[in-house]
Amino acid sequence: MSKARQSKLRTSLVHVALIAYTLVALFPVFLTIINSFKSKQAIFGQPLRLPGPSTFSLIGYETVLKQGDFVTYFQNSTIVTVVSIFLVLLFGAMAAFALAEYRFRGNTLMGLYLAIGIMIPIRLGTVALLQGMVATGLVNTLTALVLVYTAQGLPLAIFILSEFMRTVSDDLKNAGRIDGLSEYAIFFRLVLPLVRPAMATVAVFTMIPIWNDLWFPLILAPGESTKTVTLGAQLFIGQFVTNWNAVLAALSLAIFPVLVLYVIFSRQLIRGITSGAVK
Amino acid sequence: MGSLELRNIRKSFGAQEVLKGIDLEVKDGEFVIFVGPSGCGKSTLLRSIAGLEDVTSGTVLINGEDVTVAPPAKRGIAMVFQTYALYPHLSVRDNMALGLKQAGTPADEINTRVAAATEMLSLEPYLKRRPAELSGGQRQRVAIGRALVREPELFLFDEPLSNLDAALRVQTRVEIARLHRQLGATMIYVTHDQVEAMTLADRIVVLNSGVIEQIGSPMELYNRPANLFVAGFIGSPQMNFIEAARIGEAGATIGIRPEHLSVSPTEGRFKGKVIHAEHLGADTNLYLETETAGLVTVRLFGEHRYSADDIVYATPDAAKIHRFDENGRTIVS
Repeated sequence: MSKARQSKLRTSLVHVALIAYTLVALFPVFLTIINSFKSKQAIFGQPLRLPGPSTFSLIGYETVLKQGDFVTYFQNSTIVTVVSIFLVLLFGAMAAFALAEYRFRGNTLMGLYLAIGIMIPIRLGTVALLQGMVATGLVNTLTALVLVYTAQGLPLAIFILSEFMRTVSDDLKNAGRIDGLSEYAIFFRLVLPLVRPAMATVAVFTMIPIWNDLWFPLILAPGESTKTVTLGAQLFIGQFVTNWNAVLAALSLAIFPVLVLYVIFSRQLIRGITSGAVK
Repeated sequence: MGSLELRNIRKSFGAQEVLKGIDLEVKDGEFVIFVGPSGCGKSTLLRSIAGLEDVTSGTVLINGEDVTVAPPAKRGIAMVFQTYALYPHLSVRDNMALGLKQAGTPADEINTRVAAATEMLSLEPYLKRRPAELSGGQRQRVAIGRALVREPELFLFDEPLSNLDAALRVQTRVEIARLHRQLGATMIYVTHDQVEAMTLADRIVVLNSGVIEQIGSPMELYNRPANLFVAGFIGSPQMNFIEAARIGEAGATIGIRPEHLSVSPTEGRFKGKVIHAEHLGADTNLYLETETAGLVTVRLFGEHRYSADDIVYATPDAAKIHRFDENGRTIVS
């Protein structure tokens, strides 16, 4: 930014606001992680204090890992999240390309119809979804979750991606057509690399709610072999007694896979390669 | 090698008709330029030839073969775009080779062709770079190279110089002219810049609101414009149009090019006051408010010491007066 448009006061105010927001956002995560390393007494006695020699305890992690099935839960969460992201990106990008690129009757209506999903929560249809899954025998399978999450993620993905696809130069696509690329080749080899930052954005938006979701795993796949991490952590929350050590340890562990995915996607966000394509 | 014939091409977008029956024949090896103001349909016409737009009706023949419904890649054409349209994630070499690879050309054939194009356009130092690492002029050369390696029947250029700065534009213009001589290929070129049209074309097609106004060599258009539109569009500064009755001439409108008027401080046909004088060194442009003929532009060659508010007399060269009837058509005398 040029000096002329920069005032020290304004910059510092912006930074104060951003730092404050960061602290507020990170505080619960911080609290979860430090308390997961403390003994039960210390969690309740001094919830804000860092674990010291007298309060340090790995009992939470031991409980979680002894519970054996947690490896399966992590696997389930990862499979469901990754497959759903993949399907949302694939179908979302294809639908967005069609909406942005081709002139056909009902194009706008179709776009609106697909966007309605952003405004209407998919949970409203839970009963019908459950009935459907029962009828197709998909209850207690990861497929059920993947299908629901793909449907849940598509509207926003299509909305964001079609806006980005409109910004891809027509000349570039036409150059591809003259070079004999099929429409699929144009989509996969020219357009997708150019909208990669948008794809990463959509991936992040899609990923977080899926990873954190409790609702659909509880209803559609509560079986032991299909439990996700978030559902598995509920094991330690009882009506009368809650094993806080185990809950906090499970949640702390659950942060890491999603953090890794986020880092992968956010590198794509930064890497813009569009420059030099046109103009 | 490459001829083109258009028969009664029509194109509508919804209710709006953009091309209203275009007939044109381009002979092998010709350099034909479409000019016209924005929105006249020249780009749409080019894209219809390329197959990027479907025509609403009419026939496109390339080399005598009906390609009206053929996909762009099967028409034996190559196109250079205004925005270059290079593939940003591919190197210069791969940009040029992609079309050939897609067509299943053997690798050594691709190498020879890319090497030939590279040499013709002096692109050797840049082969491994990405488009983002090139300047505008270099990018446009790569785009031309990508067209060259296809060895097309027909080269199509869509305002290829519009994004370049003035100096580079002249340089690239010369390069395109040289390429045309060297290859003897048929080229079709769209521009709104009449200087490009006049300097490059064998024949110019002047388009206006979806209709061909006139087809002819640059000098034909300059000396014998078919109508008011062409007369006004070709030539800079623009031709002076004067109501014939005001100066006692036959016809409805009289057209005199600024360079066909002479100026004298003492006597002449139109007495007027200089409103503004532009001194360009090689030329001097005078804008006169005349008593009988209204506002008149005069282009004098060389330097002249006229300035605003001078009273001068302008006289047209009688042999170079254009006459138009009330429909704007040229009256042939």
